[in-house]
Amino acid sequence: MSEEFKIEIVNPEKSFLVKDDVSEVVVPAYEGEMGILKDHISIISFLKPGIIKILSKSGNESYYIEDGIVEFKNNNLSILTSSIFNIADMDKSKQQDLLKQAEEESDKEEISDQSRYLIDQKIEVLKTLN
Amino acid sequence: MASLDDLKKRIASVKSTQKITKAMKMVAAAKLRKAQESAEKGRPYSEKMNNIILNLSSGISDKENAPKLLSGTGNDKVHLCVVMTSDRGLCGGFNSNIIKKAKSYFSKIISEGKELKIITVGSKGNDQLKRMYGDKIIENVSFKESKNANYFDADKVGKIVIDKFESSEFDICTIFYNQFKNVITQIPKAQQIIPLNSEDSEDNTSEESYEFEPDEDEILSNLLPKNISTQIFKAMLENSASEQGSRMSAMDNATRNAGEMVDKLTIQYNRSRQAAITKELIEIISGAESL
Repeated sequence: MSEEFKIEIVNPEKSFLVKDDVSEVVVPAYEGEMGILKDHISIISFLKPGIIKILSKSGNESYYIEDGIVEFKNNNLSILTSSIFNIADMDKSKQQDLLKQAEEESDKEEISDQSRYLIDQKIEVLKTLN
Repeated sequence: MASLDDLKKRIASVKSTQKITKAMKMVAAAKLRKAQESAEKGRPYSEKMNNIILNLSSGISDKENAPKLLSGTGNDKVHLCVVMTSDRGLCGGFNSNIIKKAKSYFSKIISEGKELKIITVGSKGNDQLKRMYGDKIIENVSFKESKNANYFDADKVGKIVIDKFESSEFDICTIFYNQFKNVITQIPKAQQIIPLNSEDSEDNTSEESYEFEPDEDEILSNLLPKNISTQIFKAMLENSASEQGSRMSAMDNATRNAGEMVDKLTIQYNRSRQAAITKELIEIISGAESL
């Protein structure tokens, strides 16, 4: 029996990525990184800024995302996100831009604790990418 | 009767108008294809979002403490209406249809003695509404610079709505847009987004229970604001497809009408030219006879 399942990443504009030979996906869930294998229990969770790792037969891929919801059901993994970038396509300047934006955001006084947490996360992840 | 010269000029002007409408029709047709495509591509996201929310809200144990975006404030005194129109004209009844729908809703609300607040998206709606409801419009957003409907813009509108909801400026929010059915038909729609009207969507919640991480409430309160933006984005996509479709059929009609007009004017022109020739001939013949 194969140990593969299907992943679909959608953003509001289009279906970003569909793959059906995925063996493992690691997502940055809100309460920590979460690895998903075949026959995982049905789960809904949301994501914090981080890196999605997709391990499949046709090669491994990593994506940087800023937010999203993940749903796993019947060996179908759907990830809804409004901002996702393929790390392979991301050059240094793009990373720097995002980092600068995030840092500017975190300099603001009036943001709530929760969004500050998310922004700090974002900065951290972006720094590890560089 | 108009002189031959006048007729000639009119024919020329109608013909050049026809050229313009024809070009606009073709541009609209090309844009329509694109808009339709992106509307289709955007569908999975909103459908999935809807599904998850349905699953979540059915899983919520105590309805009393459900997030306000889902259950409402318990009041229905202040209504916020987001009227979404285009930024450009010359698209047939597209804007007027939305405005008509919105106005009938407005007068219903006012006659019930409730308070009304309006946000207009797109300058055409603002132009048409500010005469009658100028004091009710609290915000006017337009995205003239953006070529296509994009999520970033929708998110901006969504944030405005949520900010206002959180500072409890309204109880119920409805968006008005045109749903794209086909090129000829667009259906003006009113959709309530706050509190979320789950009766609208068909019930396809699965029996299966989900694991939630963190708990349902927290996910929901995170998800619902996103859903608002998603719904607005969906409306924007539908709207842009409808706008192009409506413009296309309007321009098609205009081109046809211009063609008919040119035919009519040409006949008139030929008749009067012939009449002038006949008149001249009669004059010559009767002059020759009299000699």
